[in-house]
Amino acid sequence: MAFAKKTGSGGGRGRGGSSSRTGGGAAAGGDRGGAAGGQRRSLFRRRKVCKFCADKIDDINYKDVKLLQGFVPERAKVLPRRISGTCAKHQRKLRVAIMRARVLALLPYAAE
Amino acid sequence: MSAPRRYELVYIVTPDAPEEQVAAIHEQVDQTVQKMGGTLEKSENWGRRKLAYEIQHHKDGVYVLEVIVGSGDLMKEIDRKLKVVDQVIRHLVVRVDEEQRVADRTRTRRQDTQARRRTARGLPPVPTEGERRRDSGDDDGGEIGLEAEI
Repeated sequence: MAFAKKTGSGGGRGRGGSSSRTGGGAAAGGDRGGAAGGQRRSLFRRRKVCKFCADKIDDINYKDVKLLQGFVPERAKVLPRRISGTCAKHQRKLRVAIMRARVLALLPYAAE
Repeated sequence: MSAPRRYELVYIVTPDAPEEQVAAIHEQVDQTVQKMGGTLEKSENWGRRKLAYEIQHHKDGVYVLEVIVGSGDLMKEIDRKLKVVDQVIRHLVVRVDEEQRVADRTRTRRQDTQARRRTARGLPPVPTEGERRRDSGDDDGGEIGLEAEI
């Protein structure tokens, strides 16, 4: 079971890498847009908004477990920006907060 | 140049330690702070919490938060002392004053901008409770984006 999962993720990564290499610089923007909206709703895509910008959360605190939990899905990895829509500035702060919360066992490093 | 720095210290005490032990550790921290010329600004006991993963085969622990204003050497000393105590299974020191300053600055700047724009549009500078936002129609995109693919 674990083995199957591993190969699955490895394959996915390989594919992503090769496509970006062949795509080159010019196609990168369009490719990203297509991936963001196309997977779920192909007809209308909803604009993703950074939660921290929208809710005006200024400091992302490692003690706020409830808030952070929304950005750590089942496997306990940090939710990528392309899915959550978090802006770069806040994603950096979010990552640090999650790392700190993990040290204090407020969040898991990996799901068991 | 060297304004006092504010630090947050969180430590986890083993769940089987009695109340007095937790108090004793707090006392030790307090004494170190006083000896090294710092101030203990706030102390908070979160009580017993479940750990997200096992630490030394413990499934839960007692969390204590202390906010300390002092020098880096003081925090180094506290860090060293806590490492020695067996009942403390985990601790973390974080410097918070700089981030706090940045957060305050962005908040005041945003409020200023909002007030200026609103007065320019002939509205009171601070929005009232029941006020309808112009862009409320398509503003819930953030949540949807989060839920997708989890």
